[in-house]
Amino acid sequence: MILSGSQILIETLLEQGTDTVFGYPGGTVLNIYDELYKSSDRINHIISAHEQGAVHAADGYARASGKVGVVIATSGPGATNLVTGIANAYLDSTPIVAITGNVGRSLIGRDSFQEVDIKGITMPITKHNFQVQSTEELADVVRKAFKIARSGRPGPVLIDIPKDIQIATAEYTPASPLPSDKAPYAYETDIAAAAKMIAEAKKPYVYCGGGIINAAAGKEIVALADAIDAPIGFSMMGLSAVASTHPRALGMVGMHGHYAATKAMYESDLILALGIRFSDRATGDKSKFATGAKIIHIDIDNAELNKNISCHLSINADVKETVSRILERIAPTAHPEWAQQVASFCKYEEDNLYLGKGELTPYQIIDAVMEHTTPDMPIATDVGQHQMWAAQRCKLEAPRTFVSSGGLGTMGYGMGAAIGACVATGKRTVLFTGDGSFGMNLNEMATAVSQNLPLVVMLMNNGVLGMVRQWQTLFFGQRYSQTTLDRKTDFVALAKAFGAEGYSVTNKDELAAALDAAFAADGPVLLDCRIDQDEMVMPMIPPNGSITDILVNLKN
Amino acid sequence: MKKYIVGMLVANEAGVLTRISGLFGRRGFNIESLTVGETEDPALSRMTVTFTGDDYTRDQVIRQAVKCVDVEYIKELPLEKCISRELVMLKVATDDADMRKDVMDAIAAFKAKQIDYSSRSVVVELTGESAKIDSFIELMKPYGILELCRTGTVAMDRGTTCLKDA
Repeated sequence: MILSGSQILIETLLEQGTDTVFGYPGGTVLNIYDELYKSSDRINHIISAHEQGAVHAADGYARASGKVGVVIATSGPGATNLVTGIANAYLDSTPIVAITGNVGRSLIGRDSFQEVDIKGITMPITKHNFQVQSTEELADVVRKAFKIARSGRPGPVLIDIPKDIQIATAEYTPASPLPSDKAPYAYETDIAAAAKMIAEAKKPYVYCGGGIINAAAGKEIVALADAIDAPIGFSMMGLSAVASTHPRALGMVGMHGHYAATKAMYESDLILALGIRFSDRATGDKSKFATGAKIIHIDIDNAELNKNISCHLSINADVKETVSRILERIAPTAHPEWAQQVASFCKYEEDNLYLGKGELTPYQIIDAVMEHTTPDMPIATDVGQHQMWAAQRCKLEAPRTFVSSGGLGTMGYGMGAAIGACVATGKRTVLFTGDGSFGMNLNEMATAVSQNLPLVVMLMNNGVLGMVRQWQTLFFGQRYSQTTLDRKTDFVALAKAFGAEGYSVTNKDELAAALDAAFAADGPVLLDCRIDQDEMVMPMIPPNGSITDILVNLKN
Repeated sequence: MKKYIVGMLVANEAGVLTRISGLFGRRGFNIESLTVGETEDPALSRMTVTFTGDDYTRDQVIRQAVKCVDVEYIKELPLEKCISRELVMLKVATDDADMRKDVMDAIAAFKAKQIDYSSRSVVVELTGESAKIDSFIELMKPYGILELCRTGTVAMDRGTTCLKDA
């Protein structure tokens, strides 16, 4: 049938199973929005307050659901407002398709009104991007974009559609989604080599990244750890791959990771690094990283192998299938001495746990929230101290329940991401944020209110940019350059001004009462929780340090 | 630091050169030359990239480029097993008859070609491996090189092996 470009776009989005898109209208996407209007019974559009909120929402939607998130923005500023969100999705391997309008082809390259070269701008931060050159090719471009976004190591794809292409007509033939690329299959010799290294290990350690969540390989990881009697540590992106309450799960490793998780990794003699990219935040000084351990690295992205850490065995393959094949090759073993050693690290961690200061501590706030959550509720975060506390302390029972900006560390990610996760799952969603991060994109409270989303916004308000302040305290002689905000914002009144509920929380009793109300509410609720400005995230491995430099708590 | 040559067949589309050179730039790879031209298949262009680094750089160059949707085929062309050529056009000053004779002798010795001639200059075309081009340029320097342009290296495997076999 003959359809306009805008109609073809809607039809191909529906082909891909897209039922929800996030976005913001504007001049060069008017035709697309006209079709969205006509198709509102088939495709739900959620308007944000700012395009950045929309792209983070598409990202949060994708992380919480495993589906491809979709965001639409107009040309020029609409498109550039997506850039941070696209980079965020790129660094954290989140599958999103960003659709931008552009000026008509006859106006391209002439600095026309609201014209930017968004294809050029987003080249380094997308898996691939397109500028559609004819209405005839539009459907195939959209199909390819979805395939690229979800294949292999997922990531963002951008489609720039000049306005005249949205208006012109072409023949449209419905088609099914293209199958994802087949994952590489590990060589039998590599499987055998891995099994041999595992058999020789006395102190094995399983290190999980976000790839485990993308591969839905949590079960296989636990089976592997059980079979070889190994503890499991996680990168931040790997959190929730295995339930954090699992007895083998030691929690997050790295700069602000759990002491036991990091210590055990350094003390191990074999690290099985699965679906991971050895970020500098996780490894610290690479020359001192786990020098006594052999490393088996399995990842679907060949370019990650031997990129940051050189490994003894690197396998480019799907981690779920590969771990299953390794499991067939190994005999269950026990390492009681190693288990005992790991238990002693856990004991040390427990004895030296930094519990915070002040009337209300971050861990008290998180623990209280955890009493109200159910295992399927997504927990989103912004970026900063509150993020690390949440990563350390939240009980995460099911994969895809922790939605947090890892690689890019995007302050302002949280509100959009929480909205996306909430829309994707239909579950009440918790956002841990700070007054710095929240200040960046708090306008999305308006979106949460208009969509009547059950968001519980836990604002850890210390009046300072806490993470930067912590570095200034420890490494810059307490010269608090531009981190003491001294704002007079009344966040409770602000929440109410947006049409949400707001509660001021300064102690445990107020917290309990406010949480009861928040978890019973239909719409968004903000809890303005006052915490001490000198609160620290502990443990801490100073930048480019190693386990020997670790600050476990402030006493040492 | 070693020199490496990588050959690629890439989609013959707008923006592909930007994409590939951008990839190398942002990863900090030290490109010596990058050449691109159409092939017998209108859908594909061939790129030859020469760069310096170590085996780590080479692996990263290839592995990062493989991820690029526009890259259809990619292969290292080991220096000792490939044939590589570069072309230079070099305009040299020949102010007097002696100088002109010297330059003409050099052209003969290098099996180069004189492709333009004026009262005070000669333009030379020379094709060969980069090292040969380098030494010819060195030789011409004393006479006064007015300008020159090099194409950058193109390379392919010896024998019947092709890039598409990669």
